[in-house]
Parts: sequence; structure tokens; C-alpha cells
Amino acid sequence: MTTAPAQAGWRFRQPSVIPGFGLTLGFSLAYLTLIILIPLSGLVWRSAALGWTDFWAIVADRRTINALEISFGTAFAAAAVNVVFGTLVAWVLVRYRFPGRRIVDAMVDLPFALPTAVAGIALTTLYAPNGWIGKLLMPLGIKVAYTPLGIVIALVFIGLPFVVRTVQPIMEEIDKEVEEAAATLGASRFQIITRILFPGLAPAIVTGFSLAFARGVGEYGSVIFIAGNLPFKSEIAPLLIVIRLEEYNYPAATAIAAIMLALSFLMLLVINLVQSWSRKRYG
Amino acid sequence: MEVRVANVRKEFDRFPALHDVSLDIKSGELIALLGPSGSGKTTLLRLIAGLERPTKGAIFFGDEDASQKSIQERNVGFVFQHYALFRHMTVADNIGFGLKVRHGPSRPPTQEIRRRASELLDLVQLSGLEKRYPAQLSGGQRQRVALARAMAIEPKVLLLDEPFGALDAQVRRELRRWLRDIHDATGHTTVFVTHDQEEALELADRVVVMSQGRIEQVGSADEIYDTPNSPFVYGFIGESSSLPVKVDNGDIWLADRPIGLSAAHAPSGEAMLYFRPHDVELVDGCSGCIAGTVAASRRVAGTRRVELEIGGERQRVEIELPVDHPAAQKSRVAFRPRRWKLFPAA
Repeated sequence: MTTAPAQAGWRFRQPSVIPGFGLTLGFSLAYLTLIILIPLSGLVWRSAALGWTDFWAIVADRRTINALEISFGTAFAAAAVNVVFGTLVAWVLVRYRFPGRRIVDAMVDLPFALPTAVAGIALTTLYAPNGWIGKLLMPLGIKVAYTPLGIVIALVFIGLPFVVRTVQPIMEEIDKEVEEAAATLGASRFQIITRILFPGLAPAIVTGFSLAFARGVGEYGSVIFIAGNLPFKSEIAPLLIVIRLEEYNYPAATAIAAIMLALSFLMLLVINLVQSWSRKRYG
Repeated sequence: MEVRVANVRKEFDRFPALHDVSLDIKSGELIALLGPSGSGKTTLLRLIAGLERPTKGAIFFGDEDASQKSIQERNVGFVFQHYALFRHMTVADNIGFGLKVRHGPSRPPTQEIRRRASELLDLVQLSGLEKRYPAQLSGGQRQRVALARAMAIEPKVLLLDEPFGALDAQVRRELRRWLRDIHDATGHTTVFVTHDQEEALELADRVVVMSQGRIEQVGSADEIYDTPNSPFVYGFIGESSSLPVKVDNGDIWLADRPIGLSAAHAPSGEAMLYFRPHDVELVDGCSGCIAGTVAASRRVAGTRRVELEIGGERQRVEIELPVDHPAAQKSRVAFRPRRWKLFPAA
């Protein structure tokens, strides 16, 4: 990128002579408004009807804060796990040719397609104290099902394809010659990975992380089966919203939703800023 | 550092890319590997670098058998056609990379690495661009950075794979001269791959002509051009014309007429006669010459290229005439090659 940094930030960049800018931008805005903006502003509108004191009372409630902590904490942990192993899976799929590679490749997408409740029930069966894996972990004193650890496992399952599918295409683009150049200059395999490959993949990994994280924060179906849903211990925020809805306590439900929305937006915004900063640097 | 390639064979999935290749490279020499694509020239270069392992044979750096060493241990500088710069690093970091990844006492202090990088940038005439990223440089500049990066590790051999292949003609010519200057100044043993014969002949001390995984000929530009030792080299380097002829008792016959050339030591029988289009003399009246009707005539830069149809088989050959030569207007031209070579008929 040799273009000069955009002067005055808000000016429209001169589009190309090919027409379509007005039409496509107009359509995009209308579409986003219809699909995302209106429903979300409805949410904010409803919770605003509460007034500040009531809103704070609901948000600052121990149970709400615990639920939010669990939701964001487990989503963060699961996304972190997925970054490590998802990148590894992508590496194997991109770098090696082995029998069954295509099947493994297709398998990665299964969490996208499977109804999340099915995944939740399957994981619960496995990790319950009398399940196949739970039985093995029990003597070690590790309890998975009905604890936050179980939530993390469900979210790892749900989030894996996001990391693999964002990292994979970037990995495929890595020029083999760059690695070879580093090797001729004396860099060990470890140095090549940490100093050459990883910096190139970092933006894609961050994107994968933020997608997996965002998905994890909002996940409901698979988690409620494995979580056990004990208030203050393993109750996630989306479940709390549903509980409030079932109690016909709509203001409380919207208040929790609004605070989730704000937190998620803030985190995604920060991640995006980090991204664009690194992209500007490396071109 | 001398480099010796000894009886190297390389197969990719049983498909041979190099057959039993041997080559001696003298210390400080600038050598070109020249050949059409698929001739194995890049494979040979990569074998020397250690980026491939030979199926058979060995490669020696001096007296050391380098083929048992890893790429990292070989200490070679390799320059790729598409630069292969690290795009998340500045120019200075790119150049210093080879020193920075060293361990222990062989790793110079940071100050020293920085000093060395800017010294090399001066050498490749890019002073002041330390802080730029590769994306902010032109193709020619990137290739210079790649060369500086390769030279930073004080390599035993400098290997360049089509270094100017991705650049436009103007920059190419410039960099060619510049590379020769750098080589003369630093004295690195250098091997470069090219498919551009002009580049090879102009730049290299010796040219290695390769074809189909074999070395056809090794020699200086003069040797390669003036005394090609195979029909391939004759055809590949410079312009050439060929005619099927017969040798009888040392005389060369074209169909049923002698052409006034004799090859005392050539065995009798079928043969191919090769000559350069510009290296012919025109003759009047044909007693012992090659004669043909003018089929086409083209102006090529400072000369006129005339295509002749020869004999009953209408074999076509090209010769070059001065632009204003009257023979170009005639419908029938007779000539005799001044310098030529016979090869056994294929």
C-alpha cells in the first residue's frame, strides 16, 4: 500500500469510474438497518423505558453480574482454546496431504450444521459423571458437566470452525519461498514459525478469535444442557434472559440483553481496531 | 568458496529432473545456469542451496560434503525470483534477519546488526530506506533488498533464481550491470539461473547450458557462442539455421550437389549442417554453394533477414544480409556459410 493516508477522515474516497457506488451503499445501509439496526434499537428502546435506577438495579444484581462473567469468561476461554487448536487443525489441513484429508476438512464444518441442542446433549452424555469421558475424569477429581468447564467445552465445539475457516485461506496464501528464504538465512524451524509465519497469520487468528468469541457469548442451545444452570455458578446470561422472559419480566430481560450487546460491541470494536492497526502497518 | 557438484541425480516421484550432473565452480566465479524451462536449472540451484536433497551424488563446498548438512548450516545466500521478503518487517529488519536469528557468540550485538544493515543498503544503493516496508518499494528495489539480505550472512555461495525475471526490461538491464559491479566488489562465488541468454552471456564468467536435466555445455560466452558442441546449444544460443546434408568422402552434399564445403574427419552418411544466419558469404554463380529462392524477407533492426527455400524439398533456411544489399531484391540467392558445424543426423 503506497497510497497516502486518507486526509480528512470523513471524506468519501473517490470511487472508480465503474458506476454502482450509490446503489450498493444505499442497499447495504437499508439492508443493515432492516436486519440489524431496527431490532437492536428496539431492544435499547425497550430497556430505556426502565429508567437508569431500575436499569442499574437489574444490571448490578449479583445474579446478572455472575451470569455475564460466566458468559464472557467461558466464551473467552473457549475462543482462546480454539485459537490454539483451530490454528493447528488449519495447519494440518493446509500443509499435509493424507488419506481422509477431505473428510477431516468437511468434519470441521459439522458444528456449523448440527443443531446446537444436539451437540449439547451429546457432550453432556459424554462428560456426565457416568458418561464415557466423565467416568475417566471423575477419579482425577475433574468435574466437567454441570460446571463452567462444561460450558467451555460446549463453546469450544461450537467455535472451532470459525477459527479454522478464517485462518485456513490465509495460511494457504503463505509463500513457501518466504519460509525457504528464512531457512537459508539460518532460521530454525521454531524461529520460522514464531518470527515469519505467526506475524503473517496473526490478523486472521485475531479475526477467528473474535468470531468464535462472539459466537460463544451468544450461544444458548448447546450450553444449557451441559451447564447445569446453577444460578451464581453455571448460569449463562442468555439463559438468564430466557428465565426473565418466562417470568414475563420483559424489562429485566431487555436490560440484560442491552448490557450484553454493549459489552459485545465494545469488545468487537477493540478487536477490529487492533486489526486495522496491524493491517496498516504490514500492508 | 569452491563448489563441486559430483554426479548428482535428482528424481521427483520417480521422475528424473537431473541426470548425473557434475559441475565445478571456482571460487569467486560468476556462473549462469541457462536453459529452457524444465531443463533442471532451478533444481540444480536448489540442490546447491540445500532446499532439495539429491537422490544420488554429493555437493561439496570446498572439501566439505555439504549434502549432509541442513539448509541452515550451509550458509548460502539465496535470492528468489519473487523476492520472498518478510513483509511484516522493515527493510532493515529484513536485512538483519539472518544475523538476528543466530545464537550465542556468533550473534552480533543489535547495534552491530543495524550498522551492517545500513552498510549493505549503501552497497545496494538504497540508503535511507531502512524504515520502509517491502510493500512500499518497487520491484527492483525489493530485489536489491533481497540481495542485501542474502549477503548479510556472509554466505559461502550466493545463489540467485531468475533474479530479474519479474522485472521489466529497463530495470533488468540496469540491475544486470549493477549485479556485475557488486560481484566484482565483493567477490562472492555466485550462481544464477536464467532463461535469458543475453543476460547469461553478458553477465557470467562461464555459462552452463542445460537441457532436459543434463548439462549440454559449460564455457565462456565466446566458447558457447562460437563453438557450440551440440545441436541443442547451436539452436538455443543465438540464431541458427540448419540443413540436412550428406557427407561423402569428406565432401558435403546437399541433395545431388556439392556445396563447396569439406569436412575431412566427418564420417560418411547423413548429417545436419548448422550455421549462423549472419555468418555467410554470398556467391555469384553456383558451383559449390547453397542456392535457394527467396520466400520471405524481413527487416530486423540493422539487417535484412531473408528466408530461402532450398532444393526440391523446399527446406527453409534463414540468412542475414546487409539492408542495402542488392541480393535481397533478387529472387534467387546463392551463399556459402563462413563458419559452420556438422552434427550427426538425429
